[in-house]
Amino acid sequence: MAGPVSDERTAVVLPAEGPLAPPARQGERTLERRRRAVAYLLLTPGTLYLALFFALPLILIIYTSLKSGGLLSGGGFRFTWQWENYTDGLATYGSFYVRSVVYAGIATVACILLAYPMAYWIAFYGGRWKSALFFMILVPFFVSFVIRTVQWRFLLGDFGLIFGPLKDLGLLPQDFRVLATPLAVIAGITYNFLPFTALPLYVALDRIDRSLIEAAKDLYATKTEAFRKVVLPLSFPGLFAAVILTFVPATGDYVNSSVLGGPNTTMIGQIIQTKFLVELRYPEAAALSVVLMVGMLLIALLYAKALGTEDETLAAGAGA
Amino acid sequence: MPEVDVRLERVTKRFGEVVAVDDLSLDIAEGEFFSLLGPSGCGKTTTLRMIGGFEDPTMGTVYLGGRDVTDLPPYRRDVNTVFQSYALFPHLNVFENVAFGLRRRKVPKDEIATRVREAMRLVDLEGFEERRPAQMSGGQQQRVALARALVNRPKVLLLDEPLGALDLKLRKQMQLELKRIQQEVGITFIYVTHDQEEAMTMSNRIAVMRHGRIEQLGEPEAVYENPATEFVAGFLGASNLLEGEVKETNGSGLATVLLTAGPSVRLPVDRLPAGATGRVKVGVRPEKVSIAPEGEAGPADRNTVTGRVTMSTYIGVSHQFKVQTAGGAELTVYVQNLGAERSPAQGESVVLTWKPEHTFAVEPQEDLTSEEDEG
Ligand SMILES: Nc1ncnc2c1ncn2[C@@H]1O[C@H](COP(=O)(O)OP(=O)(O)O)[C@@H](O)[C@H]1O
Ligand SMILES: [Mg+2]
Repeated sequence: MAGPVSDERTAVVLPAEGPLAPPARQGERTLERRRRAVAYLLLTPGTLYLALFFALPLILIIYTSLKSGGLLSGGGFRFTWQWENYTDGLATYGSFYVRSVVYAGIATVACILLAYPMAYWIAFYGGRWKSALFFMILVPFFVSFVIRTVQWRFLLGDFGLIFGPLKDLGLLPQDFRVLATPLAVIAGITYNFLPFTALPLYVALDRIDRSLIEAAKDLYATKTEAFRKVVLPLSFPGLFAAVILTFVPATGDYVNSSVLGGPNTTMIGQIIQTKFLVELRYPEAAALSVVLMVGMLLIALLYAKALGTEDETLAAGAGA
Repeated sequence: MPEVDVRLERVTKRFGEVVAVDDLSLDIAEGEFFSLLGPSGCGKTTTLRMIGGFEDPTMGTVYLGGRDVTDLPPYRRDVNTVFQSYALFPHLNVFENVAFGLRRRKVPKDEIATRVREAMRLVDLEGFEERRPAQMSGGQQQRVALARALVNRPKVLLLDEPLGALDLKLRKQMQLELKRIQQEVGITFIYVTHDQEEAMTMSNRIAVMRHGRIEQLGEPEAVYENPATEFVAGFLGASNLLEGEVKETNGSGLATVLLTAGPSVRLPVDRLPAGATGRVKVGVRPEKVSIAPEGEAGPADRNTVTGRVTMSTYIGVSHQFKVQTAGGAELTVYVQNLGAERSPAQGESVVLTWKPEHTFAVEPQEDLTSEEDEG
C-alpha cells in the first residue's frame, strides 16, 4: 500500500514545484539521510526474521532435494545433485499437482462467490455493526482447523447428520455419498479458507469512499452500473489478494483431502506430507515441495500479469 | 420573470431526533446563481441532497422544471452535483471521469469525444485527459469535478462547498471562474457555502439558513444592507448592533429609536421589523459610519453617537476603529484609507455619524451566542 501512496505524492508535487524548488539546504539533507537510515533500521528485525525462518529453510530444502540415499537403508543422505528426485517426482505425481490446482481453483472461485457478497453487504450495510458482523465470519475459525474438518465428516457422513435422515425418508438413494468424493474435499477447502478470502475483500470494500457511489448515481449510473463501473474495479486489489491468499495455501493443503477425501482425491500436499513424515524420504519430499512452490509462484506471477497489477488501475484503487 | 426551475414545497428532513431541514419552501429561477448560506449544521447539504435525490424528504415535495421528482432516484433527475470532496473516480483517468455520465447515457462515441473536449476547454484543463485524479492538484481536481458535471448539460448544477478545500488565493480565483462558467453555460447553479463573502461575490440571490430554516432570502445587496434578523446581520459581514426601544414613527417616514446606551437614532419606518413596537436592535454597517474629532458635530440629519476610541488599527485599505460610547456600547468603524485626513488616535473622544437610511433594525434573538461561527 505504501508504494502507490508515495507515488501519488511525488506525482502531485513534481510537476508543480520540481523545477522551481530551491536546492535543499545542508541541514535538510542530513535530516533526510537520517530519516532514511531510521527507515532501514526499522526493516532489520523483519529482514533478520525472513532470513532466519524463510531464506535459510528454503535453501536447506533445495539442498536436501538434491540428495540421494535413505535414512534407514543406504546409510543416510548424501548430496549428489540427484536431479532424478525432480524428474521422477514429476513423472509419478504430475497428476496430483493437476488435481490440487483444480480443486484449489474451484474452491477459490467458490470462496470468492461466497465471500464477496458477504463482505460487500457487511461493508456497505453493516453500519455500526460492521466489525461485529465481520467478526462472526471469523468466530468458527478460532476452533482448531483439524477439529472443524473432522466435524464435517459427521455432517457429510454417509449416514451422518444430513444424509442419514434424508436416506431414512427415502429422499436419497442408500448408496448416495459425498464423503470421499472431490465434492467433499472442495467443500472442505472452501469452508476452511473462507476467512482468507473474506478479509482482504472486506478491507478493500470497506475503504471505498461512499461519495464515489453517489457520484456514479449522480452521473446516471443505476445501482448495477455503479457496482460494475466503480465498486468492482476499486475492489480489484482486495480481490487479487483474496485469490492469492486462498488459492496458494489451498493448493498445498492436505488436511481436507486426508479427512474428507478418499483414495481418488489425494492432493499433492498429502503426498509430500506422507513422504516427509511417514516414509522419511526427505529428498523426494523436498523436491516435490520445491516444484509445488515454483509452480505456485509461476501461477501467481502469470495471474498478476494477466490482471495487470502493474497497471495503475490496481495501484490507484489501492491508493485511493 | 424567468421560469421556476427548482421548487421546494414545505420540505422537512429528519434524521431520528434531528430536524436537519425544517418546513422549507424555496423557488429558484432558471439560469439563476443561487446560494444557500449558513453556518455548519444548518441543513445546507441536506437541502442540496434532497434536490439531487440522495435524501428522501420526510415531508414535502421537490419539483424540477415543474415536475414532481420527490420519488425519483438521482440518475433519473436532470441534475448533476459537484461534491465537496470532488468524488473523482480514482481508477479512471480524467477523460473517463468526465465521460462517465455520457457513457451511462449511451451517447455516441464521437459526440462523447467532442463534448469532453469542450468541457475540458471550459474549465481550462485541455491536455490533462490522460492524467489520473491523484496526479493533479486540488484546484485541478476541482475543475475536473466541474467538467464531469457540466458535460452532461444538466438543467441544474448542485455545488456543495466546492471550493472549501482550496487555499484562499485559489478560492478567489475559482469564484470568478465559476461565475464566468455559469454565465457561459447558462445553467442554474445552486451553491452551498458557509463563506458569506463567497456567496455575495457570486450569487444572484442568497438564502441565509439557520436551524434548517431560511432566515432571509434575497439579492446579496438587499440581504447585506437590510438584514431581516439579528442572526443574518451578524453572519453577513460585520455589524454594529445597539439595543433600543422604538419611540415614535412620524409622518416623514422616519422612526425614532431610543438607544439603551444613549441618544436616539432615526431610521426609515420600513426598516423596522414588521409589527415591531417595543425592544429592537438597531444596526449600522461599520463602513457606513463616519468618524470625526469631538466638537465637529455633523449635519443634523445624520444619526450621531459620541464615544472614545479604544482601538485603532491600520489595515492598509482602511483604518479600523473600535469606539466605546458613553452608555457602554461598542461600535466598529471602517474608514477608507484615502491618505488625506489625520486619523483619530486611541483614547481620543470622537463623534460617530451615519445616515438614517443606512440604519436597520431587527428583533433581538436570544439564542445566538453559541452557534454563529461556522466550522
Ligand atoms: N445522514 C445523517 N444522519 C444523521 N444526521 C444527519 C445526517 N446528515 C445530516 N445530519 C444532521 O443534520 C443537520 C444538518 O446537516 P447538514 O445538512 O450536513 O448541514 P450543513 O451542510 O449546513 O453543514 C446536522 O445536525 C447534521 O448532524
Ligand atoms: Mg455541508
